[in-house]
Amino acid sequence: MQASPGGRGLHTHTFFRIVSQAILLLCLHSMPALADDAPREFSRAGDEARYLALIEELRCVKCQNQNLKDSTAGIAADLRDEIYRMMEEGMDDAAIVRFLVDRYGDFVLYRPPLKSSTWLLWFGPFVLFAGAVIIVGYIARRRRASAPVLTEAEQGKLRELLNRRDGES
Amino acid sequence: MIRYLLPLAIFLGLVVLLVVGLRHDPSVIPSPLIDKPAPAFTLPTLHAPDKTIGLQDLRGGVSVLNVWASWCVECRHEHPQLLELAKDQGIRLIGLNYKDDRAEALAWLKSNGDPYSTSAFDEAGRAGMDYGVYGVPETFIIDRDGVIRYKHIGPIDATTLTEEIRPLLERLRGS
Repeated sequence: MQASPGGRGLHTHTFFRIVSQAILLLCLHSMPALADDAPREFSRAGDEARYLALIEELRCVKCQNQNLKDSTAGIAADLRDEIYRMMEEGMDDAAIVRFLVDRYGDFVLYRPPLKSSTWLLWFGPFVLFAGAVIIVGYIARRRRASAPVLTEAEQGKLRELLNRRDGES
Repeated sequence: MIRYLLPLAIFLGLVVLLVVGLRHDPSVIPSPLIDKPAPAFTLPTLHAPDKTIGLQDLRGGVSVLNVWASWCVECRHEHPQLLELAKDQGIRLIGLNYKDDRAEALAWLKSNGDPYSTSAFDEAGRAGMDYGVYGVPETFIIDRDGVIRYKHIGPIDATTLTEEIRPLLERLRGS
C-alpha cells in the first residue's frame, strides 16, 4: 500500500474535515442539555437577571448534581415555571427561596444555612485542618527531641576529621 | 503504644464513616414536612372529574397518601404492597395521581387493581409540589389531626410495609 504525497495530503485533509465535523456535531448535540425553556417575558426590568441568578443558585432535587437552570428533569421545569410565576407576582428572592425550602428542605440550597445541624458541614474542614496541624507539630517536635546528640569524644573525633580534610586541600 | 493505636483508631474511624456513607441513599432527601401540618389541597377525583377531594376530607382519621402515576415504573413494584395494605381493617389509602393522563391512569388501575379509596387527580402537579414530591412513588402518613408523620420516598417494599408503615399506623390509630 503506497500512497502518493498528494494522496496523503488529501487524506489528511479529509480526516481533519471529518473530525471537525464530528466535533461540531457533538457541540450541537450537547446544546439541548441546557434545559432552558421557551424564552420568558418579564414584566419588570431586572427580573430576568434575578431569575437567571436564582435558578443557577438553586439545586435540582431530582438530579442532585445539577442546578435548576441546567436540569432537564420534569420537576426542575415545573419549579422554573413556579419561580417565574412567583416573580411575576412580585415575590422577592428570599420569599421564593423560602417557598422551595419549605417544600424540599435546605437541600435545594447550594449554600446551606448555618445552624446546629450544619455546623459539622461548615466547620468540619477547619477542625480537620487544625487536627492535622496539631499532629504534624507533635511529630515534628518529637523528631527534633530524638535527634542524635554527639558525645564529647565523638565531637572531638568529628573536629579532627574536619581539620584533616582542611589540611589536605 | 499510642504510635500503633492512633493509626488504627483513625483507620477504624474512616471505615465507620465509609460504611455509613455507603449505606446512605443520596437520592432520599429528608422532608422538611415531617411533623408539620399537611399542605391543603382540593383536587378533582380521578374517577369523577366533577367531584373533589381535599385535605379536609381526611380529617378525623389516619390516612396514607400515596403519590403515583401510570407512567411511573417503580409504582408497579410497590403496587402489590399497596393492594396488601388496602386489605387491612379500617385503612384509608388515598392516591395522589401525579401529572398523569386521566384515561391512562384509569386504565392502569383497571389492569393492576385499585387499592385506593379515592385518587385525587393532580394533573398540573401543584399539590405534589406543595408536598415536596420530586420522585414518584412517594408515600405520606397523615395523622388524624392532619399532621404529616412519615414520608417514604421510592417504592414501598414488603419490609417497609411490615416494619415501618404498619407499626406506625397501628401506633397512630391507637393513640
